[in-house]
Amino acid sequence: MSTGDGIELEHVNVWFGEGKERVDAVIDAGFTIPLGKSFGLVGESGSGKSTILRAITGLAPSWSGMISVLGNILGRERDKEFYRTVQMVFQDPYASLHPRQTVDHVLSEALSLHGFKDVNDRIIQILDDVGLNQSFRFRWPHQLSGGQRQRVAIARALIIEPTILLLDEPTSALDVSVQAEILNLLTRLRAERKLTYLMVSHDLAVVGHMCSKIAVMNGGEIIEILTVEDLRALKASQPYTRQLLDASVQEC
Amino acid sequence: MSMDTELPQKRLTLHEWLTTETPASRRQARVSAWYRSWLAFRSNPMAMFGLGILLALIFIALFAPLLAPQSPFTQDLGARLSPPGKGGYILGSDSLGRDILSRLIYGSRITLYIVSMVALMAPIVGLFVGTAAGYLGGWLDITLMRITDIFLAFPKLILALAFVSALGAGIENAVLAIVLTSWPPYARIARAETLTIRNADFIHAIKLQGAGALRIITRHIWPLCISSLVIRVTLDMAGIILTAAGLGFLGLGAQPPSPEWGAMISAGRKFILDHWWVATMPGLAIFIVSLAFNLLGDGLRDVLDPKKSSK
Amino acid sequence: MTNLLEVKNLTVKFPTRDTVFEAVRGLSFSLGRERLGIVGESGSGKSITGRAILRLIRKPGIVEADRIALEGKNLLTLSEKEMREVRGHRISMIMQDPKFSLNPVMKIGDQICEAYRLHTRASRSEARKKTLAMLEAVLIRDPERVFKSYPHEMSGGMGQRIMIAMMLIPDPKILIADEPTSALDVTVQKEVLEIMDKLVRERGMGLIFISHDLNVVSAFCDRVLIMYSGRIVETCRADQLHNATHPYTVGLLNSMPRLEHPVDYLEVLKRDDSWDTMPSVGGTLETEIIT
Repeated sequence: MSTGDGIELEHVNVWFGEGKERVDAVIDAGFTIPLGKSFGLVGESGSGKSTILRAITGLAPSWSGMISVLGNILGRERDKEFYRTVQMVFQDPYASLHPRQTVDHVLSEALSLHGFKDVNDRIIQILDDVGLNQSFRFRWPHQLSGGQRQRVAIARALIIEPTILLLDEPTSALDVSVQAEILNLLTRLRAERKLTYLMVSHDLAVVGHMCSKIAVMNGGEIIEILTVEDLRALKASQPYTRQLLDASVQEC
Repeated sequence: MSMDTELPQKRLTLHEWLTTETPASRRQARVSAWYRSWLAFRSNPMAMFGLGILLALIFIALFAPLLAPQSPFTQDLGARLSPPGKGGYILGSDSLGRDILSRLIYGSRITLYIVSMVALMAPIVGLFVGTAAGYLGGWLDITLMRITDIFLAFPKLILALAFVSALGAGIENAVLAIVLTSWPPYARIARAETLTIRNADFIHAIKLQGAGALRIITRHIWPLCISSLVIRVTLDMAGIILTAAGLGFLGLGAQPPSPEWGAMISAGRKFILDHWWVATMPGLAIFIVSLAFNLLGDGLRDVLDPKKSSK
Repeated sequence: MTNLLEVKNLTVKFPTRDTVFEAVRGLSFSLGRERLGIVGESGSGKSITGRAILRLIRKPGIVEADRIALEGKNLLTLSEKEMREVRGHRISMIMQDPKFSLNPVMKIGDQICEAYRLHTRASRSEARKKTLAMLEAVLIRDPERVFKSYPHEMSGGMGQRIMIAMMLIPDPKILIADEPTSALDVTVQKEVLEIMDKLVRERGMGLIFISHDLNVVSAFCDRVLIMYSGRIVETCRADQLHNATHPYTVGLLNSMPRLEHPVDYLEVLKRDDSWDTMPSVGGTLETEIIT
């Protein structure tokens, strides 16, 4: 809380395997996200953008460098307090909900893990907040559409009132019309709850819509960090960024 | 179907309540999920046939004293080896003049006892070992799986024989021996399932909620492993009955005069050429029950297979 | 001119326990020597349409149509054996993920050769020569090396080029591409589309391009059919897509975030129940001319 920084990364390397097998997924990454801001990571598959999220959440096996969240430098293990602060929404809503658990089960388990008492009220409230009718409360995942599942995933992440939300391609598995609904929901929730977003996407238009600052990744490295205004004005200094811009602006 | 027409009003609403897309409580959600599986299961006639036989078997075991025409232990040496249908012996009598039908009816209790004990214990041991090994990995995985391999390396019956001879003959020890020999495949299945599940996003998600390993294994991985284990156990049931019968046949399971089916075959083998029914009748009983379990298992696989239902 | 493909009143149904689900309802369109885009969201029936043309809908699915005609010959009356001749030889199909379409334990070159020899009875060396030429045609720099590789050694973009080579080598009349580039990165996507475009054009083929991506379709196709819940709701020239009039198409276009037009909130598509029941718009070339 002291520095006012939400997330800070300095010289972060992430790799898989050891010795000859070693693959460097992220090389010397560094950026700072002030509290309440929205930051985007763009890149193509294999650029290491999702791996950065995994390193922050402790899902990546081996990393070095410095990662701090709300001014606390993270070690190897993540404690409960960390998970109270940082939550994540995954890419594929069909894979991120347990097939044998109802919406109610998912949400109440999140609450009970963090010792919340007024379970019933909070579930009713969060369903309302993510735009799901109360009739969804006891449904199974297979009874939900992709967009509804993603709303449940967002509800699960937000029900324990985190300050930072990591978004791993939250709309890439959805139809455009549903994507618009989910992006609007995320925009509204950020305004209402003063959240900090770190969003990963391959889609420059989506990141440009959601984020004020954007880091472009290629081959595991952050090659450029620019503001959304510069991006819109097509003021990219790196040729790779231009190439990405070309591919996403040419249409229509 | 005929029930539906008898009580159209009430049935319809209950059906609606069970198949609703918008359950209103935890209980309704769970009950309606079960009901849907039941509907899918019901549409498989072979599986229903298997289920019917097994329900009949349970019924027979429960009411054995009422159903059996005679005591299974009363000997009548004057009427020994009577062929089926003669002298009031519907399925004939054995070498000591005991009614084979009555012995089969009482024997169903022993069969059910063995089957249910094994079905309860072996998969649970397998589930513990397999999920722990699969989820926690590392040296624990290596140790547990090598132990599993050692058990798997022996032929089942031989290993069971060794256990029984060490523990002493008797039904309880036979059950224990079968459990000790039949858990490794379940551990293998549970581990394989766990390995695919543990990297799923929903497990990452609950991990990020701050859940510990024990909670993840018991509350999130077990429910997904159980269905494939149930299927496998049901399909293995026939093998378990046969192993039990085999132990009985070799004189290491149930002890005489207990009417265990395998032991009955064993006793009848001396007369198999002249008095075929003594060994054939218990053989048929084993065959029917094994078949019923296999049909049930096939039906359950169609309903429960997570690979099919998750998509 | 003559149409390569003509589909009249196509309906695809899937019976479920309680009802019959109609995935495609009364679809009519025709295809000339052009690039026809079929756009729609998931569940609109666009992929099912592609599969139904090749009669690849498995039981219990039911395909009904007045006519599905390839150069005047009705495909519905063909036997399964004759249909196999049509598939691959006359009409080819490219799926979204090449990983599932290539045999993982067979060398790429052998697979393409086999596809060629299956329909032409060419000699081994001839097939090999033709395969290498085809790999070159899809702009693979080192065809000899790729010929001897296994599918898992290829990246997604390479895999899709190989699929294109394999599907075009028997010289089909029509190519159905079902989301061929959705699994690829944007930069690679463009290359693959350009290759496909060039080959289809050179060979005078008809292309049915099935996609959820309005941008790609409008940039790449000549004509577009917009599908919604099993029907065509609108048809227009691809370069006129931004002037589309149907509220569904307009809504889809507006719900996309744009770098050039920053907004706080995106427009949300409001679905109208009447769209579900409206009759399908004809997608033939003739209706096109009238409108």
